[in-house]
Amino acid sequence: MGQNFELLVNFGLPLILIVVAYFVGSLLEKRHYQSIRAREAEYFGFPVVTFDTMPEDWRVSSSNLVDGSVVVSLDYFKRIIAGLRAIVGGRIRTYEPLLDRARREAVLRMIESARRQGYDAVFNVRLDTSRLANARGNGEGTAGVEMLAYGTAVKFASLVR
Amino acid sequence: MTISTPPSIEISNTETIPGRRIVEFYGVVTGNTVRAKHLGKDILAGLKNIVGGELKAYTELLQDSRNEATQRMIEEARSMGANAVVNVRFATSSISQGAAELFAYGTAVRVE
Repeated sequence: MGQNFELLVNFGLPLILIVVAYFVGSLLEKRHYQSIRAREAEYFGFPVVTFDTMPEDWRVSSSNLVDGSVVVSLDYFKRIIAGLRAIVGGRIRTYEPLLDRARREAVLRMIESARRQGYDAVFNVRLDTSRLANARGNGEGTAGVEMLAYGTAVKFASLVR
Repeated sequence: MTISTPPSIEISNTETIPGRRIVEFYGVVTGNTVRAKHLGKDILAGLKNIVGGELKAYTELLQDSRNEATQRMIEEARSMGANAVVNVRFATSSISQGAAELFAYGTAVRVE
């Protein structure tokens, strides 16, 4: 009985944790993607460009730097899959959507910030990714990844474009 | 997610302030801050690490820190007599466990 209990704690709990993390994680991911798609559709037509010089016909009255950022963590399940994948190498599919949605979220937050302040477009958009130090202190893994989007928001002087 | 700029200093990450002409260059201005998150938030983030997704406490922390670094950069520009900072860049680096440096730099200029 005691041995069974020990076995359950050693192998059962992590297994349950992985399964729960997988389902909760994928549910959250699905909902986040829905939200991202809805907002991307809403802001369709709001010019966001990576040019470092403005198009000739943009007449602006004011400008300001705007940014948006998000810190995401890598979940338990994804880390295990990635660890297994690292043995044979190749594409780690579980990380791709995580980084993709974090980056899109950062861009959306930048757009929301610009719109809230009454700007009409954002140009010279730059995207940055940085790894944050581990929370635990044993030097393993990462606490999270930060995605930053920033650019110069401009207000048009007139809408004759 | 707003970088609050005092009315007298304009900032942009482009070569110039859109629609304005640069009349004088003052040089590079920088601002930095090193932050660590507090223990309670760290424990919550540890729990969040199980299911994955956004770590809101960290997002806020870094956003506040970035604003702080930007403010320091703006202060330096103001002390030089500039009225704008152009070509602003951000950098984040984790320098030790639980601490991150947020760094902003740009060129202080006077625009018309």
